[in-house]
Amino acid sequence: MSDHHDDEHAREHDRPLSGPALRAKALESLLVEKGLVDPKALDELIDTYETKVGPRNGARIVARAWVDPAYRKRLLEDASAAIAEFGFIGRQGEDMVVLENTPKVRNVVVCTLCSCYPWPVLGLPPVWYKSAPYRARAVIDPRGVLKELGEDVPDGVEVRVWDSTAELRYLVLPERPAGTEGWSEDELAAIVTRDAMIGVAQVRAPDRSKR
Amino acid sequence: MSTSIAPEADLRALPALPRDEAGPVFKAPWEAQAFAMTVSLNARGVFTWREWADALAAELAAAASRGEPDDGSHYYEHWLAALEKLVARKKLIPGQELERRVDEWDAAARATPHGKPIELPRR
Repeated sequence: MSDHHDDEHAREHDRPLSGPALRAKALESLLVEKGLVDPKALDELIDTYETKVGPRNGARIVARAWVDPAYRKRLLEDASAAIAEFGFIGRQGEDMVVLENTPKVRNVVVCTLCSCYPWPVLGLPPVWYKSAPYRARAVIDPRGVLKELGEDVPDGVEVRVWDSTAELRYLVLPERPAGTEGWSEDELAAIVTRDAMIGVAQVRAPDRSKR
Repeated sequence: MSTSIAPEADLRALPALPRDEAGPVFKAPWEAQAFAMTVSLNARGVFTWREWADALAAELAAAASRGEPDDGSHYYEHWLAALEKLVARKKLIPGQELERRVDEWDAAARATPHGKPIELPRR
């Protein structure tokens, strides 16, 4: 029995197209034939999400908010509009809300239903964000989840968990780390991580002597 | 300069997709393809993002109720299944038509020597 299984496995491996890759190819070819999708548009989309978007967009927003108090105010009051100033517009027309971390409050974003995620500013979601254990446990035991991810939240700090929906997406505005006084916006953007903008990590200033 | 990829080009021709500095975003090119088809159909107004979110949530819930471990590793398989069902429900691509096309691509893939682009025979 196990031999048979291994053979199957080997064949699957040898075949250039199998399983979901085969189904995706079949579906794509039908959609293209029926004029429902433009193959060039598909390629552009993939390229956009792979290389042009991604956490760097969100990082630029965070860095701007750190250096420009007026932008920070606009971002917290109407995130969709403030993010649109950069030209990052959601393809799904969702509303964005920015959550401000403070020394007393940490925000964590989760989607318990499926995995709504602010693609235009964060790129594509990490695998763990989509996993059932993260989705379920972040709500029940956020401190425990954060601890596993290497973030010990002190007792006096409140943790707020925000559940995304298809229409409403959240972005965490992390605290600017100490030791970054006088840094340029670009330098700041470079240290803002995706995990910090989901709320499961803090931004840390690298040791400048090593730079 | 970006070069556009011809429609006949195999998925293998896509640039190496997967990761950013924090981890993999797609584990395989077909996952990005499934993602892009969905976003593209939504942009054309074929379905709303709400409809899509509901379809995906239903598929994920069905997988969970079958007792399949959900660690995120099969996420795009559920995504693709949800997309197949949604386009069938919208009467854009009936299920039988898709199955026939899957068989055709499967036959073409098996008949194609290693290293050659896979193409469907002309009809």
